[in-house]
Amino acid sequence: MADLTTDFLGITSPNPFWLASAPPTDKEYNVRRAFEAGWGGVVWKTLGAEGPPVVNVNGPRYGVIHGADRRVLGINNIELITDRPLEVNLEEMARVKADYPDRALIASIMVPCEEAAWKAILPRVMETGADGIELNFGCPHGMAERGMGSAVGQVPEYIEMVTRWCKTYYDRPVIVKLTPNITDIRKPALAAKNGGADAVSLINTINSITSVNLDAMAPEPMIDGKGTHGGYCGPAVKPIAMNMVAEIARDPETRGLPISGIGGITTWRDAAEFMALGAGNVQVCTAAMTYGFKIVEEMKRGLSAWMDEKGYRSTHDFIGRAVPNVTDWQYLNLNYVTKAQIDQEACIKCGRCYAACEDTSHQAIAMSADRTFTVKDDECVACNLCVDVCPVENCITMQEMAAGAVDPRTGKVVQDQYANWTSHPNNPAAVQAAE
Amino acid sequence: MTSRHATGPHIPGIAAGRIDAATLHENFADLHAAYDPHEAAVAADRCYFCHDAPCITACPTAIDIPLFIRQIATGQPEAAAKTIFEQNILGGMCARVCPTETLCEEACVREAAEGKPVEIGRLQRHATDSLMARQGHPFARAAATGKRVAVVGAGPAGLSCAHRLAMHGHDVTIYEAKPRAGGLNEYGIAAYKATNDFAAREVEWLLGIGGITIENGKALGRDITLESLRADYDAVFLGHGLGGVNGLDAEGADRAGVEDAVDFIATLRQSDDLTSLPVGRHVVVIGGGMTAVDAAVQSKLLGAEEVTLAYRRGRDRMGASRFEQDLAASKGVRLLFNVAPRAVHGNGTVREIEFEYTHEVDGRLQGTGETVRLPADQVFRAIGQNLSEDAGLDRAGGKIAVTGPGRTSMQGVWAGGDCTPGEDLTVVAVAEGRDAAEDINDALVG
Repeated sequence: MADLTTDFLGITSPNPFWLASAPPTDKEYNVRRAFEAGWGGVVWKTLGAEGPPVVNVNGPRYGVIHGADRRVLGINNIELITDRPLEVNLEEMARVKADYPDRALIASIMVPCEEAAWKAILPRVMETGADGIELNFGCPHGMAERGMGSAVGQVPEYIEMVTRWCKTYYDRPVIVKLTPNITDIRKPALAAKNGGADAVSLINTINSITSVNLDAMAPEPMIDGKGTHGGYCGPAVKPIAMNMVAEIARDPETRGLPISGIGGITTWRDAAEFMALGAGNVQVCTAAMTYGFKIVEEMKRGLSAWMDEKGYRSTHDFIGRAVPNVTDWQYLNLNYVTKAQIDQEACIKCGRCYAACEDTSHQAIAMSADRTFTVKDDECVACNLCVDVCPVENCITMQEMAAGAVDPRTGKVVQDQYANWTSHPNNPAAVQAAE
Repeated sequence: MTSRHATGPHIPGIAAGRIDAATLHENFADLHAAYDPHEAAVAADRCYFCHDAPCITACPTAIDIPLFIRQIATGQPEAAAKTIFEQNILGGMCARVCPTETLCEEACVREAAEGKPVEIGRLQRHATDSLMARQGHPFARAAATGKRVAVVGAGPAGLSCAHRLAMHGHDVTIYEAKPRAGGLNEYGIAAYKATNDFAAREVEWLLGIGGITIENGKALGRDITLESLRADYDAVFLGHGLGGVNGLDAEGADRAGVEDAVDFIATLRQSDDLTSLPVGRHVVVIGGGMTAVDAAVQSKLLGAEEVTLAYRRGRDRMGASRFEQDLAASKGVRLLFNVAPRAVHGNGTVREIEFEYTHEVDGRLQGTGETVRLPADQVFRAIGQNLSEDAGLDRAGGKIAVTGPGRTSMQGVWAGGDCTPGEDLTVVAVAEGRDAAEDINDALVG
């Protein structure tokens, strides 16, 4: 069995699966259950400043996107940070950490954007024995209207400033949680780094309206006939999150900054993908909210089995391994030529490839009277749409054309050497390749 | 020997009340329970929305199946039903009685992929039930044309034809020999396929289009003639089915207890109290089609101790689908293949039936000389029906000859359904009635 022990910022946990700061980590009772179920760590539900706690709505907080069998594909929420007194949370955190010293316990914090507010809360968090803090600069609803959460996360200067305060008044790891509701994730990440952050975690939830109630003509979740945007999460956001993780992992200015990956992680494979893109560990919420804490067992067993299969002995062996292969479009090899190929034995003759190609792509699939579908190599641009829409796995595959062969579509000989757009003759800005 | 007080499957002879009312009720319940909306959504999601979908090609009425399934998936079963009814106004009954396993579901690519097709029949039922539950008729008539059409037979072909004609604004009179409309839907299929008086409810719903009058108790050749219909109407459509039953070519076939399966099924379908319906202790059904299966299974469900379905050829030649064969087997019917009836034994009343084993030589059936006798108190003939009334029209293969959309040899007379060549299926009859109606409409107003 591969060793899943993970060291993130010097914080060790028995596995890389942490619960994200969210409803599942709002109190001692839940967190103890999570640790008993086997989670490697938790980021406690975001603490606010001393004083009367925030209040939540008293109607529905969550909206959902369902698949056919009511499979949860995405959830959004309008819940705020913890609505329990600060003192209660701090006492509970201290008790839990003392009982589970081998698990990671991180305190998520969101207080007003004033130095005094941070200076006041940080020593109290320190006393709990928490392993580190996570700055909630991501929450997109409610708190943002009060100048906190994503309102801070959308201004790099604020991120840098608050991070610096935290590094001043707190001596354990500081993780900055980023909002995806920006145009370029590298800017806030760089600001966090410049402020001295030990890591960034991302993504927080995405501004969203999951559905509109067409009878009431109002968005869901609906509170007395009105709705507001919520934060979107779950499997649907994973592609967006992974791109943002990769952007930070490969940018020269932020490369090497530790990342805690968040966004729709539901299975071991999701986790492995985030980690291959540079995440040192992952945080999970929606999967636990959908299936309960036991879901971590599949993640642990699955990741371990995959690592054994691949010969990885620790998570460090594969963290970031895919980052060098994430590049810009202009560096993709234009001499790499493939053609779709349909396995006639596997084909069930549904014709989806044909409809997709004929109606919306390159008219590169022929259909015979007896429903035999074949690729027209002289039209196929290898777009992959047929592969994507085919309901049978591996029925349609992309076959690479060997160097020296003639591409019947272009009439050109497939070249062996790598060549990209930067040196392509059609590129007005092309630089002559060195002889 | 019929007794209302007999109980149990072991009472000899033909007796009623072999099993209690509660069990009978259970036995004759819906063969396929209706989907609830969530089940329907999950089932609908399995459809791949194929290009030029094979299921549409396989459907005799060419219902746009992927479209209606997608409409179910998007939460509009009633809109899905309208898609179905546009092609097949008896889509509700077809959802129940179609041998989908040899039509749309056999063609479903998921049958090829995993041996588990999209359950098109059940989805169709979900959609049509949803719409019909509102009791609203989904179509409106075109402006009245003043044309009048006579339809003979209120079965699937006649009803389908009449409905389409009514939609086009013509006035239709249907002449039906039996006391109730519906044809084989009402009289000729197993009760568990159309529970809660569905056939009658469907006819009533169909008539909601308006402009259709049904005259019951009027049989062609007995009460009305083709000549008079041609004289009184602008067009005539014949959809009166097959009135005759093929006889049993075996010694002693006239003994008491040898009956027509279609009569047994009709009596059962019209019975208000199944406990009063007599059935044999040992029942033998001769035939290999759907009628044979329906008679055999229902005999068993009524409480017959032993039911044998005897077919003269091999299993693969049976008219009833594999699904029907399996259904019969699961209900306890014994399927006996390659046996041809040779003699019915008994002293006035049937006691035994004797078969000779057969085999096929170059496609021709031959007796092997070996015989077997089965105990039998009741023997059902289900070896096909024949055309009893052709009204002097040209015949083809023992039925009324037609060309194109049901045109007979006589100007102004169309025909469709079981009285014309082609598969004797409800869905085929519906298609033929509909297409003939379109042709009649073209002829009348085109």
